[in-house]
Amino acid sequence: MIPLSHYLVLSAMLFSIGVLGVLVRRNAIVVFMCVEIMLNAVNISLIGFDNYTDQVNGQIFSFMVMCVAAAEVSVGLAIVIALFRNKPTVNLDEFNLMRW
Amino acid sequence: MDLIPAPSIDLISLAPALVLSVFGMGVLILDLFIGKDKSILVFISLLGLFLTTVVTFAKGGLPVYSFQGSYVVDHFSIFFIFIFAISSALAIMLSVNYNRQENIKVGEYYSLILFCTVGMIILASSTDLIMIFLGIEIVSICLYILAGIRRNDARSNEAALKYFLLGAFATGFLLYGMALLYGATGSTQLMKIALALKTGKVVSKPLLLMGAVLLIIGFGFKVASVPFHMWAPDVYQGAPTPITAFMSVGPKAAVLASFFRVFVHAMPDMAESWILVLSIVAVLSMFVGNLGAIAQTNIKRLLAYSSVSHIGYILIALIAKNSLGSASLLFYLLAYAFTTFGAFAIVIILGRRGDEKLEIDSYSGLAYRHPVLALCMAIFLMSLGGLPPLAGFVGKFYIFSAAIKEGHVPLVVIAVLNTAVSFYYYLKVIVYMYMREPAGEFHPTLAPLSLLVVAIAVFGTLQLGIFPGPIISLAQQ
Repeated sequence: MIPLSHYLVLSAMLFSIGVLGVLVRRNAIVVFMCVEIMLNAVNISLIGFDNYTDQVNGQIFSFMVMCVAAAEVSVGLAIVIALFRNKPTVNLDEFNLMRW
Repeated sequence: MDLIPAPSIDLISLAPALVLSVFGMGVLILDLFIGKDKSILVFISLLGLFLTTVVTFAKGGLPVYSFQGSYVVDHFSIFFIFIFAISSALAIMLSVNYNRQENIKVGEYYSLILFCTVGMIILASSTDLIMIFLGIEIVSICLYILAGIRRNDARSNEAALKYFLLGAFATGFLLYGMALLYGATGSTQLMKIALALKTGKVVSKPLLLMGAVLLIIGFGFKVASVPFHMWAPDVYQGAPTPITAFMSVGPKAAVLASFFRVFVHAMPDMAESWILVLSIVAVLSMFVGNLGAIAQTNIKRLLAYSSVSHIGYILIALIAKNSLGSASLLFYLLAYAFTTFGAFAIVIILGRRGDEKLEIDSYSGLAYRHPVLALCMAIFLMSLGGLPPLAGFVGKFYIFSAAIKEGHVPLVVIAVLNTAVSFYYYLKVIVYMYMREPAGEFHPTLAPLSLLVVAIAVFGTLQLGIFPGPIISLAQQ
């Protein structure tokens, strides 16, 4: 059986990649994708914990995470489309009407 | 072969959320069959909120746990449902005229507010990490859409994008914290987590601590505490003003309710670790919020920074983690709801299409032209600052006494000093209103519902300030 630490390390690495991507990339769509990587990294830990403790809470949790992620992406892409109609760009640095 | 036991489903305890969901969907469907005039939807939404508060009394013998301990009806959650219903109702009443003026003709607007309130009810009543996550996401996703509901306005779009990206980012942290907490304690239920911590059956201490820190980051983002507050001023400025008022009260109160449940109810046995982190967050929120507000020239941004500093005060109630702390949290949030809605109602009344009058300069001489509006604004600002005998003072008084009871004297000293700083910018607006010559003409839109909101807010602010007794004894249950 694969030890728990393998799951956790993989999940931590993916989560860090996601965080770095959100902080570094300037394209709104790529930033979304990085957020998705973060959420799926969490799913790996949840399932890993389940496999290790013989429970199902984490698996159910990960289903919920997938549903929520889907809902979030649909809203997010709608927001990007609305933005794109006013200003044809997806570069986050160009949305600076208000000071950060 | 063992049969899988059928789960016990207790729909009565879920009644407030169910009733409101039905009304939300009803509004959505009815919107298809009516024309451009959306006033019937307003009436139905308000009716839904009223019925929701009525059905919260359906359960006797509190606290009642249902869904195998994932959902609870107790006095804490009922009081919160009241705060949510009041804040959503005030937001809807404020929206009517604003939407007419800004040409927002979408019926989803009202149903999204109702769905957001459903999320808040779930958030305040759930005692399971999975449910808390769902509640937070229902609230957040509705707010992302509401922030960007003025689709043709570049600022509204920008606010929605910033809110969405940072909100989703924060969700990642929150979720990772929940996963680690689950891994460390072996359960997603708050009661079982508390039990595991008490009996020392923790799989790994580092996982637990990392989980707690990530949870603080996640919750901190959602309530806009420093250093996770960067989104607040921009989103507050860009979102439609009634939504700004709404999201600075209801959703924040809901997240704080669950923040309280997760940390005070589930993790009292590792309090010394999280109290330190929360104290730092609280102190930073107060300083950055108050100093940031001094520099602002836009009234919505000023109120945004002021709300950041108020989160700092409210976190002290969490740090106190005694019964007075939870009562003062409830009282403060109710007082904050009335005063904030009052202040934003005045901002909305003074604005009109194309000239929203959001700069503080444009308030010059308001007292000469419209003395009643100026007086109401002064009452709200002084209550936000915490001047007796207004609601804000009593709220701060209870929070500080709860903290002193637990021996957090330095924290209270810092908070009181910050209150003094905050008077600078609240008084600045009052000085503009009362001591400057009028700069331009005022064309307030005196719509009856907006005026009703102001009247309710003035009444609430004075009532809670002068006769806090009944509400405090309710909150202490």
